[in-house]
Amino acid sequence: MNRFDYVRAGTVAEAVQAFAGAEGSRFIAGGTNLIDLMKYDVERPGRLVDITRLPLDRIEERDGGLRLGALATNAQVAYDARVQSRYPLLANAILAGASAQLRNAASTGGNLLQRTRCYYFYDTATPCNKREPGSGCSAIGGVARIHAIFGTSAHCIATHPSDMCVALAALEAVVQVSGPEGERSIPFAEFHRLPGDSPQTDTTLKPGEIVVAVDLPAREFGPHFTYLKLRDRLSYAFALVSVAAALELDGDRVKTARLALGGVAHKPWRNREAEELLQGKPATRESFQAAADRVVAEAKTQGGPQGNAFKVELARRAIVRGLEQAAAGTPQSISDKRIQ
Amino acid sequence: MLIESGSPVAADTRVGISLTINGQRRDLQVAPWTTLLDLLREHLDLTGTKKGCDHGQCGACTVLVNGTRVNSCLALAVMKDGAEITTVEGLAALSGEGRNSLHPIQEAFIEHDAFQCGYCTPGQLCSSVGLMNEGHAKSRDEIREAMSGNICRCGAYTNIVDAIEDVMGQGGGR
Repeated sequence: MNRFDYVRAGTVAEAVQAFAGAEGSRFIAGGTNLIDLMKYDVERPGRLVDITRLPLDRIEERDGGLRLGALATNAQVAYDARVQSRYPLLANAILAGASAQLRNAASTGGNLLQRTRCYYFYDTATPCNKREPGSGCSAIGGVARIHAIFGTSAHCIATHPSDMCVALAALEAVVQVSGPEGERSIPFAEFHRLPGDSPQTDTTLKPGEIVVAVDLPAREFGPHFTYLKLRDRLSYAFALVSVAAALELDGDRVKTARLALGGVAHKPWRNREAEELLQGKPATRESFQAAADRVVAEAKTQGGPQGNAFKVELARRAIVRGLEQAAAGTPQSISDKRIQ
Repeated sequence: MLIESGSPVAADTRVGISLTINGQRRDLQVAPWTTLLDLLREHLDLTGTKKGCDHGQCGACTVLVNGTRVNSCLALAVMKDGAEITTVEGLAALSGEGRNSLHPIQEAFIEHDAFQCGYCTPGQLCSSVGLMNEGHAKSRDEIREAMSGNICRCGAYTNIVDAIEDVMGQGGGR
């Protein structure tokens, strides 16, 4: 790991100021992703601004919803009684990710800002436009089994690795940030970006801005939700495809549908047309298949035996199964991994 | 030097921190890039905690920080200033029955043959105690899921779950 300055911040203003005071500054909270990247020399910060002592670790009632402090750990959020009863989709998504040790350390803000787990991004011996802009993408034409099928560009096919963010996208959370130019709110759908021709930029945060909270809107979906995660082993692995589904039902018809996918794009993937397609339709397999077909119609895959073409059918089936689980009010268990 | 809020510590400076490790207060000088794992093993000779992958993927380095299990390889020592750290060397003292007795989870690992080569065992033990402190896992499936951050290459998983179930049945062993 490279040598860096260390600053312990006592207030948000102090953190923002310390960040601006050196080249290559990084905020550090849980450190579970940043320290890992530093050990691989992917990240070489000139200065680490330790924000763990800022008063941002609380979970509070706000406008009928909840405000999650940016330093609330993933475990703290997942096991919060209010989150479990009102936003079980979020609790289940968090508990589907990482390990207990990592969730105990990782913060809410850090979860949003974690980097892709693309093998080539981690391997400094290979070209990667995200790590070294302009050097090329090794995943395109390489081993691309875990890579994106939606919203890719000719420069990057990496995925965002978070489970928590997939649920936050479906719940339409709002990210609160503070920076050199003051405070602002970013709707979750606008927080992460697609790679385009600048895959080195994961989010719409401006330089020096810090995430201070994530707001969950008042809207809840009762028992009609699921977080269904499909991966190479049953626990402690990133998603090949995951589905966060939440439904409002009117009798046996769908009133509102929220559907977000993980493991398939540079950001949690939502398709508003597919959600609208479900409005007013009977909550049946046929309706769900039509919505799934609409989502996967946009897929663009990487070919060959090391490619990701299998993800299209996997996503289609996961969407249908996820919507069925949500409609039935039988969300995927986080400990019994059999898929019903 | 001591850390002052908002004041940069230059990269070549060692900083003063204070940790309580296995019940003993330690005032230490560390470089900012020293991980908690390297501090324990290389500076304090507490080599019970193991370096497996050094990337948070195997769980061999699991310790308790203020009673909570974390991967010590992904924590900077300087950021844990003021914390209470418990390593495998300190588990026995948690049982409160004197220095020659083992923690109930250690007894149960022996009883259930819950290890073979032993390399992952300190992490498995600390993780087990952390799991019981958390109190969320109740069923066998839940224990398996909550222990998935600790890899055992010898494959002693079945007996590890048996050992944890046994101690949880006795009331958590604290």
